[in-house]
Amino acid sequence: MDKIIEVQHLTKKFGNFVAVDDISFDVRCGEIFGFLGANGAGKSTAIKMFCGLSRPTSGTGTIAGLDINRQFEKIKQHIGYMSQRFSLYEDLTVRENITLFGGIYGLSRSDIKAKAKVLLEKLEISHKADDLVSSLPLGDKQKLAFSVSIFHHPEIVFLDEPTGGVDPASRRRFWEMIYEAAESGITVFVTTHFMDEAEYCNRICMMVDGRIKALGTPSELKAEYGCDTINDVFCKMAVTATRQ
Amino acid sequence: MRRFLIFVKKETLQILRDYRTMLIIIIMPIVQIILFGYALSMEVNNIDVAIYAPVRSNSTDDVAAKLISNKYTTFKGYLDKSTDIDRLMKSGDIDIALIFSPDFNKSQVTQGLDNPTMQLVTDAVNPVISRLSTNYILQIISDDVATSSPVKITSKMLYNPQMLSSYTFVPGILGLIIMIICTLVTSISIVREKETGTMDLLLVSPSKPLMVIGAKMIPYFILSCVNLASVLILANTLLNVPIQGSIVVICFISFIYIILSLAFGVSISAISQNQVMAILISAVVLLIPVIMLSGLIFPIDNIPEILQWISVTVPARWYIDAMRKLMVEGLPLIACWKQVLILSGMTVFFIFVAVKQLNSKIKK
Repeated sequence: MDKIIEVQHLTKKFGNFVAVDDISFDVRCGEIFGFLGANGAGKSTAIKMFCGLSRPTSGTGTIAGLDINRQFEKIKQHIGYMSQRFSLYEDLTVRENITLFGGIYGLSRSDIKAKAKVLLEKLEISHKADDLVSSLPLGDKQKLAFSVSIFHHPEIVFLDEPTGGVDPASRRRFWEMIYEAAESGITVFVTTHFMDEAEYCNRICMMVDGRIKALGTPSELKAEYGCDTINDVFCKMAVTATRQ
Repeated sequence: MRRFLIFVKKETLQILRDYRTMLIIIIMPIVQIILFGYALSMEVNNIDVAIYAPVRSNSTDDVAAKLISNKYTTFKGYLDKSTDIDRLMKSGDIDIALIFSPDFNKSQVTQGLDNPTMQLVTDAVNPVISRLSTNYILQIISDDVATSSPVKITSKMLYNPQMLSSYTFVPGILGLIIMIICTLVTSISIVREKETGTMDLLLVSPSKPLMVIGAKMIPYFILSCVNLASVLILANTLLNVPIQGSIVVICFISFIYIILSLAFGVSISAISQNQVMAILISAVVLLIPVIMLSGLIFPIDNIPEILQWISVTVPARWYIDAMRKLMVEGLPLIACWKQVLILSGMTVFFIFVAVKQLNSKIKK
């Protein structure tokens, strides 16, 4: 299986503070990769470097075969991104948001129209296509935001705490969509604080104090640390943190 | 190019959707023009004058006749006793009182027989108005009272003979409004995207930051042009402010100033974390200097030297200066080469700063 993310000795410093400390790992094409860690463990900083929003202090890496130090502008064409904060324009309608982001990623007008129709039907919000996004329920908004982030069918999508504030039923439907995306060949890189969600991932990686402390399939990690759930593994990890 | 248009469209939709803000932007200049033009005028419109002359003569009657016939003064009649002056001034019935000595008679003055005097008493609660009115009254009656000097002084107000304050206010309002709209509104709209997180979304997309910001400026540029047009038209029709200079040149300088303000707004947005901060910075860094140090209200020559030096850095000062020259004095573009040069230099500087800040923000 090909590797879509490969990073070696990636480090990011802000002054004296080492946010990401010498991490090396890889993500295979088509897998759902969970990126876990307590608040302030360096997850968001790492994702920012993968997305080209931030440059590493040292270390190398490739995303979709492109160098994160030099080809960051090209990388942007191959990725999708949905942030922990809700990321659509609230003062635009559902359709306008889809058209906008489709256009930003260079999809043709007819393409956008056809795909938008399918998408709206799938999300069962066709009748709300011309409503403002601000009027949608949170669960619908997040599903729409996710659909928009993979609208241009990127090779990999980064989801930064996508399910914050959503009820369990909506979260379950959200994860069904993640599986669907993975099946269609999109690699999913997801950070989360919900440990039940971590169990859904193919492989997970745990960050503590900017370093990777564990990496493997959920069952491997549970066996390694002698825990029944990923939640217990996480708690065992988190107490080793020295950073506040 | 298509991406650019997509962003322009998105920005336009957002502005149109927020129709309250848009209405404020469009109506604000109109309200300000009307306010400055009528309510806040510093000019002398209607001076109420009374005369106290123990002995009425032809000369005092001449003065009274002048006051009656002038459309900016109202003659309130002869007073019976000098104590009336204080009473009427306090009650607000008169602004100025003229007191003539009993022997006041022009013919005697010219013959140099006597030493008659005239005293002018004015209500100086508002020094600006009282000084203006005093000068105005003296000008009207000078023929009748000031003949003893061998040198006859005639003064003439050029370009603005009636001393209408709207002549100076209109260019000032333009400078103020364009600054507010372009700088405040652009910086808020960029910072809002930072706050809601949509800015990150745009930055991870293949669109260049410069293009995103550029597209944001287009609708605001158009809005500012609408304001420019409405202010010029209102000033010309409602307040009768002449547009002496070439309209093309006026627009040219205004465009430079608009772009400057837009770039300034982008710079502010780069250093502000949230909308409140953007508003505060805009208010403190922009409004106060623009109002105080641009010559909008207080003439630059009258403020302390240190503030005069600071005022050099206020873009509105140069714009207002240029606009007064072009609009009121009707000078050609070449007369404003200094202002154009300074404004252009500032524009390049702020665009440079804005782009640099944008880039450094990403590199972090």
